[in-house]
Order: sequence, then structure tokens, then C-alpha cells
Amino acid sequence: MAMTASELSAIEDRHPQIFQRPAYKRFWPLLLIAGTVLYLAYALWFFSLPQVLRESHWERLPLFLSQWISYDLQPEFRLDQPEITPKYPRFSALGEHPDPDWVIKNPDGTFTVLIDGRDKSVTFDKVRATIVANGQTVPVSLTGGKPVVTGPVPDWVTVHDDEIVAKMGFVGEVRVTVDRVKVRKRFLGWANFVFDTRSPFFGKSTGEVISLIASGPELRPGTSNLALAADNIWNNAQWQHGDVWTKLLQTIVMAFLGTLLGGIVAFPLAFFAARNITPSGLLGQVLKRFFDFMRSVDMLIWALFFTRAFGPGPLAGSAAIFFTEIGTLGKTYSEALENIDDKPREGVLSTGANGILVQRYGVLPEVVPVFISQTLYQWESNTRGATIIGAVGAGGIGLKLWEAMRTNSNWANVFYMVLLTLLVVFIFDNISNFLRRRLSRTLHDYNRLQAAQV
Amino acid sequence: MAASAFSEDRDFDFRADAATPPFLHVPIMTSATLHSDATRQQADAWRRQTSLRRFYTALGVGLLLVAMCATMWFADEANAGHFFDRLPHILDFLSWLVPKDWNDVWRALFDIASPSDKGTQEFNFPLGRVYVWGGFYIPEYFELMLTTVNVALVSTFIGFVFAVPFSFIAARNLTPSPILRLIVKRFMELLRAFPEIVIAGLFAAIVSIGPVAAIIAIGLHSIGALGKLFYEINENIDMRAEEGLRAVGANWFERVRFADLPQVLPNFMSYTLLRIEINVRISTIMGAVGGGGIGEELKLSISRGFGAKTLAMVLLLFVTIFLVDQFSAWLRRKLVGEQAFLMSA
Repeated sequence: MAMTASELSAIEDRHPQIFQRPAYKRFWPLLLIAGTVLYLAYALWFFSLPQVLRESHWERLPLFLSQWISYDLQPEFRLDQPEITPKYPRFSALGEHPDPDWVIKNPDGTFTVLIDGRDKSVTFDKVRATIVANGQTVPVSLTGGKPVVTGPVPDWVTVHDDEIVAKMGFVGEVRVTVDRVKVRKRFLGWANFVFDTRSPFFGKSTGEVISLIASGPELRPGTSNLALAADNIWNNAQWQHGDVWTKLLQTIVMAFLGTLLGGIVAFPLAFFAARNITPSGLLGQVLKRFFDFMRSVDMLIWALFFTRAFGPGPLAGSAAIFFTEIGTLGKTYSEALENIDDKPREGVLSTGANGILVQRYGVLPEVVPVFISQTLYQWESNTRGATIIGAVGAGGIGLKLWEAMRTNSNWANVFYMVLLTLLVVFIFDNISNFLRRRLSRTLHDYNRLQAAQV
Repeated sequence: MAASAFSEDRDFDFRADAATPPFLHVPIMTSATLHSDATRQQADAWRRQTSLRRFYTALGVGLLLVAMCATMWFADEANAGHFFDRLPHILDFLSWLVPKDWNDVWRALFDIASPSDKGTQEFNFPLGRVYVWGGFYIPEYFELMLTTVNVALVSTFIGFVFAVPFSFIAARNLTPSPILRLIVKRFMELLRAFPEIVIAGLFAAIVSIGPVAAIIAIGLHSIGALGKLFYEINENIDMRAEEGLRAVGANWFERVRFADLPQVLPNFMSYTLLRIEINVRISTIMGAVGGGGIGEELKLSISRGFGAKTLAMVLLLFVTIFLVDQFSAWLRRKLVGEQAFLMSA
């Protein structure tokens, strides 16, 4: 349905505020976009982003991510010794006496390592190796002083001067030189999550462990098997369950204690800062600037100072959150107080009640739900924040996370801690949401009643 | 009459708690229906309700206090130094902070040579100068602060750009497909809850330690944080404009662009400004764990006990955060009025 020109201009005439807006109003979005683009160009230069991206190693990303949920074993086979024997790294996930079923010593003296069944495997002795993968078989001769592929070289095999590398995707890789064969085999999952290799329960199936605990002979005389198992799990050297859980509890405690203490201190101060409750403008201004100061001195600065004052640990973290929260909660509390309805207060005042009673019965019922709701909200966000400030030494799981990441080798541990953190954040979000929903129902009733009265 | 007052009390939960002060008993006493059994029963029920409520309040406060003491004890036990051991020494730690010459604070801030410079790192202020044009330089800490602020701005921008489309997909009333909505919502929840420090650590290993890793980490977190706030705004919009456009056959993009976006943009901007404030703080902390910017230098300076340098940086950081907060508050007030400052419960 097309409109005629006169109809169009009639509409334009009727709504001049839409069709003939002042120039600055018409162009400010354009200016904003232009400004943003200019700023981004500047940021690109400031962070020398092209160079950083050029020098970054994006190929590491899938590797790191796969390390979050998997582990690898790297047996090495020396070929220059009289007899070929598999060697495992000292702290491999297989324990002290590794005898995996995927390393097969054939009757004819050759070794076969199954990387992903027979389809991806390597078979070798001192003179030749045969790599099988992707439906192709690659024979490698090791006699000429350097490894040589006899026949065509598929694209998953790279031939270096003295080494042949066969990449088999996620499951692993094979590296062959004249004097050794190195295999990396990757397994999905977390190795030794329950019992580490030193534990007497290591390598036993769930059923065996349960029956040992229930009715087995004491593995360590003087301790019950249940206590021993619990101790072994708690002190698992690789996963450090005990330490991780303690640190996690520290993070929770830091957020809880900091927010609670902040609320307790901010609560009375807010009454003095609210301009409708305390007539003295000077005191209010001083307190409000004090709140601004506590908020503006970053949580990081408080954390660093208290780490120096109390030493690293949750005490420093709690104190940092406490000091920041005095500012944040003081500000929000006093704003909530300034927005109350004055009528109940006047009513109580008119009965001749004294100052404290007026606050108690005329003000408090109105603001307590708001206060609690805001405190819960801060608690929630501090639970996340406590993870970060932990990394500067203020206690909790943050530092542990940071240390596990710095070595770039412990990504599975990192993921374990991340999962626990996510779980904690999730649980606490839900608790706080539940409590706030209940409170907001109260608030809602209050608002509805007020609306009905007007 | 009295009955209505009581039923009101039930609706009006927290009043029940407040309605027992002695001086408020008066209306009940003068009530004409005082002697009727029904009223007395109601009064009793109400009193029971109130005392139960008080019991629960006392129980709650008691439990909270017990939890507080327990956590205090736990935090103190787990800490390297204990509270009461360290308390007498708390002023010692302030003593290194006070510089011998207060002018050193200004010199540190503006990279002016100090007379106390004996070649140690504590007073080597001019070494940090970043020359841009001949003899004109930017003082080291200003340059670092600029990095921190830029990290915050760029990451907020990333957050905004992705959060806007996500929020329209995640809003119950505007979503193009319920399945997509669920996916986007969960994704944003994940981004929000994922510890930034892990993202930063992961990307530090990929793009090298420094501000870019911090940008990625804070940016990803901002997508989740802003996205949640945005879609909550979207779910509360006036749907009439949307219906009008739907009636003339506009597709999803047109509806979002011309019916929904104009309604929510001021609120989006307001929350984005709030996010900038938060991100400046986070990027300072990220700096301390290797994300570049002033956080790193501050951490070093505090751990080595450089009084003048620390004070200079704290001053700069304080002023910057204060200015960012004030500017953002001013802009938010212009955009959406006082409403931006009433926290919704």
C-alpha cells in the first residue's frame, strides 16, 4: 500500500520533532560511531595488535584445550642398547612399574605400540620401523645413519634431517630417530584422579577398592583402610584435592567475611551519610567522600597492602574485600536510605519516639530488604572477585590457579579448579538469587501497597 | 476493621516485624471490637506470628554471627601472619610508605630527577620516561595508566558489540528461536562465571603475556556480564512498537533495529558505562598478574617497599578511577536520569 507524496508530507508536518530534528541530534550517532572507529584504530596501534597477533601461537590453543580433559603418556624406546626396553618419564601416570597393554613385545623381538588400536600404531626393531595410520603403512629404514622413509611420504609424516615425525591427531604422535623411538599417546580423561601412583590403592578397580575398604586386611598396619583411602585421596600428590578444596573454602570465606564485615560497618555509617536522616550536611559529605575513597582505592591496592601487612593468605583477601565493601555498601545503603518514603518516619516521630526508635520502626522496615538484597548481590560478585585478587597473594584458589597456569603443563589441574570455581559460583548465585527473590516479593508487596495508597 | 488491618499485615510481610513497639499498641486498645472473641483470637495469632518471626530473625542473626566468628578463625589460621601478631606491626608497614621527602611523590609521578637518587631502583624516576617527541615525554606511570584504561575501554567495547546481538537472541519476548535462546543464554552464563584469570592465563600462553591477553579475558567476561543485563532490559520493553512492525511485515532484524533497539539503547549505554568503571578496576588487577599496565608496577613497588613510587601510583590510580566513576555517573544521569542510580532489588 503505497502512500502519496502529499500524505507523506502531511505526516512529516504533523510530527516535526521526528522528521526535523536539530542537526546535533541527527548526527550524534554518526559522530559516536566515527569516534569509536577512530579510537579503535588508535587502540590497534597502541597495543600493536597486528604484530601481537602475528607473533601469537594459535596452534597452541587446541593443544591446551585438549590438555584440559586429557593426559598423555610418553614412553621412549632406546634402540642403541643391547636390548630394547621401554622407558617412561619418572612421574608418569602409570606409576613405578608400568606395563601397559598397548605396548606389545612381539615373539620375533620387535615392539608394537598401539596408539589407537592396530590402525594407528608403530612396530619397530633396531633396523626398521613401520608406522601405520590413516589406512597407510609407512616403512622407515634406520640403518643408513639417519631414518629414511622407503616409499612415498604421506602428508601426516614430516621428514626432518635426523627425525621422522608422524602426527596422528588427538591420539598422539610417533617420533623416530636412529637410536630411539618416542611415542606420545593421549588418553581422554584425568589420570589418577582418585589415587596417585604412591597409594596402595593405585591401579585397583572400584570393586577391589570397595572390598578392600569393607573387609580387606589392613594395608598399613594401625590404620583402617577407609582412613588410609581418605588420606590418600586428600593428599593425592598430582591433584592435591586437600589443598585445592581448602583454598576454595578460603575464597568463599574471603567473599563472605569481607562482605559481611563491610555491611556491618557500612550499616550505621549509611544513616549518618543519608541527607534525609542526618541533617548535618557536613558529616554526610565527609562520609560520602570517605565511601568514594574506599571504593576508588582499588581492591587490588587494598589486597597488596594487606598482603604486606598480614602476610599472604585469606586474612589479607578478606580485609581487602572488607575495605572495598565499606565504600560500595556504604554508598548503596545511603542511596537506598535517601530514597525511602518519609511518611512512616514522620508517623513514628509524631508519637514522640526518640531518634533510635524512629530509625528502628520508621526507617528500618523499609530499607532492610533493600540492604540485604544489595549485600547479597555484592556477596555474589565478590565470590567471583575473590578468585582474581587471590592471584596477587591474597589467599584462596586464585594463586593456585595462577601457579598451575604459569607452567603451561598443568591444564587438567587448572580445569579441575575452574570446574570447582564454576560450581561454587553457580551454587552461590542460586542461593543469593533465591534469597533475593523472596525479599523482592516483600518489596513488591510494599510497592503495590504504596501504589494503592496514592 | 481490625480484621482488615491484620490481613494487611500478612500481605505486608516486614510490617509484622515492626508493628509491635509499645507506642503502636494504641489503635488496638481503642478498637471497639476488642472484646469479641474473634478479634482476640486474631490478636493472639498475630502475636504468635510476630514472636515466631522474631525468633527466626534472632536465629538467623545468631547463625550469621557464629558463621562470622568461625570464618574469621579459619581465615586467621590459614593466613601466613596472624591478625593479633601482626596488628602491633601494622604501623611499621605504613612507615616505609611515608617518604622521607614528600616531593619525591610528585617527582615519581612526573618522572623528575630526585636528589635522593643514589642509583637504586627506588629513586630512578627519570629512567621510566617515554619520549614521544624530542624532549617531550609521557611519565612512565601515566603511560601505564593509559594502558590500563585502554584495556578497560577496548574490552568493554568487545563486550558491548557481542552482548547487543546476544541479548536480543536471549530475550524471551524477542528471540528468533527458543533453542538458540537457550544456547546463547547458557553460553553467556558460562562466560560470566568463568574466572577471568584462567582466560587471561590461557591467552597469555598464546598471544604472549601482556595487555592483549587481558583484553581478551576481560572482553569475554564483559560479553557475559553485559549480555545478562541487556537481555533483562529487553524482556521489559514495550512490545507495541514491535507488534506494529510485525504487522507491516518487518523481519527480525528490522524489528530489532527499529522497534526494540531505540527503546533500550539508553539503558544499554548506561550499563556499558557502569561496566567501564568495573573493567578499569579489573584491568588494574589483571595487570598485577601479568596483564600489563599499572597493576604490575604497583605490585612490584609495594613488594619492594618503594614509598614514593607506591604513593605516586596509588594517587594516580585513585584519581583516575575517581574521574572515570564521576564522568560515567554524569553521562549516565544525562542518558537515563536518576533511574540509573536506583538499584533494583
